[in-house]
Amino acid sequence: MRDIKVSLVGYGIVGHGVVDVFNRKKKLLRDMDLNLKLISVTDHTGTVVAEDGVDAEKILGERTLANVANTSMLGKEAIEAIDSDLVVEVTPTNIVHGQPGLGHMEAALSSGKHVVTSNKGPLVVSYSRLKKLAEDNGVMMKFEATVGGTMPLISLVERTLVGNTILGIRGIFNGTCNYILTRMTEEGIPYTHALSEAQDLGIAEADPSYDVEGVDTAGKVVILANSLFNMNIKYSDVDVTGITGVTPEALALAKKRGYAIKLIGDVPALTVRPTLVPLGSPIAVSGTLNSAAIYTDLSGTITVTGLGAGSIETASAILTDIVSIYRTKRIDAIF
Amino acid sequence: MRLSMDLELQDIPGQLLLALQPFRDNKANIISVVHHRDRKTPRGMIPVRFVVEMDRSKIETVNAKLKESGISVVRAGEDRLLEAVSVVLVGHVLHSDLGDTVNRIDSTGFAEVMDVSLTMTGVDEPSSAYLKIRATGKAEIQKALAILREVGAEKKLLVIEPIEAEAV
Repeated sequence: MRDIKVSLVGYGIVGHGVVDVFNRKKKLLRDMDLNLKLISVTDHTGTVVAEDGVDAEKILGERTLANVANTSMLGKEAIEAIDSDLVVEVTPTNIVHGQPGLGHMEAALSSGKHVVTSNKGPLVVSYSRLKKLAEDNGVMMKFEATVGGTMPLISLVERTLVGNTILGIRGIFNGTCNYILTRMTEEGIPYTHALSEAQDLGIAEADPSYDVEGVDTAGKVVILANSLFNMNIKYSDVDVTGITGVTPEALALAKKRGYAIKLIGDVPALTVRPTLVPLGSPIAVSGTLNSAAIYTDLSGTITVTGLGAGSIETASAILTDIVSIYRTKRIDAIF
Repeated sequence: MRLSMDLELQDIPGQLLLALQPFRDNKANIISVVHHRDRKTPRGMIPVRFVVEMDRSKIETVNAKLKESGISVVRAGEDRLLEAVSVVLVGHVLHSDLGDTVNRIDSTGFAEVMDVSLTMTGVDEPSSAYLKIRATGKAEIQKALAILREVGAEKKLLVIEPIEAEAV
């Protein structure tokens, strides 16, 4: 049985999901000879440390760690002080400066800890630097959860489709926009109406600009371009148009001619814009679903679809990344 | 110039070769030949569609030669606008001079706006329009889209283009 000491940094919606999923999957992981021990959880109010593993039941009911923290250590300090093998970084995304996640990830990688994250900010701001830092320290950085949530995309390209040349990836990478456009088409309601409906359902944030202006999708385009296409680009290299200008009449005209209008991110074109997608196309998914078409030289076009967000779904992608780190390492050790 | 011709050949050996001869003699470049064996005419003839690139002035000569060889020419026509693309525009489509927008495409000579549907909701509200553009080839479609993108930026219109079926 291999013991893996994990520190979780960030205790919002995704952080709660990670604690929950680790707890639920304990037995399954043990069957894989992995003893995943969550030895610390940190948020902006403090840290819970427990050498034998943090008691999930005790903290899952807490919105923040304010009442359960047993040390006042925060962020980088906690990452450096706690002796873990792997850090799960799930603090809120900031696409402009990447903080606080960027500092957390730098601290973890520099001290020889693997990093698994759902936080787009640090990767959008300085992917190549973080990747080099991981290589220099002989550790891995995994980020499947940053693009398309639980929908397998990065690992699909890196592992399953290895040997193929990837010519391009186009897809729907934001469930909020897809929900709004779907509802506008179905009901013929204006954008503002569909947006408030999404906000009521908790699908859109109180400040929706990050999603509806295409910022979130563009961040994912940057991550895909840098990680799968070795492009070394910045956010400002992406040409972005959001969905706020799309009218129900435009959606109706398009539908009559056999098209849906979807917010499509395109790599390597580096564009994010409302696009006509044929209604029968496998990427023309509805509701909050995400989808991606991967264009390859050997395998033709492969399409994946799945839930792009959600607490448990994102935690699932994080868990997959963690297991893949140790499974890969084990194979390397045999040969 | 590119044109397509529908011919009818007898179902006996050597007919295709016979049909090709006049094209060869008049330096036509054959783009495609599709044999419709499954669609035999009641008289037992086989329809064949030729798409060729040739000088306009040679059409009559080729036609006459084909008839001389006993091959019936059902249709010979210019297939100028082979490719089509759908685009949706949102904004003040009409008040930013829709006529001018259409004309910018039509005046290229290689692309034309073939179909326009317009939906207007209110005087100050943005209107939405569906346009079908036809052009002489794939490259010309891309050129037409580039023009439309330029016009869109200039007239503050949201230009919604179709997704590419293949990676570019």
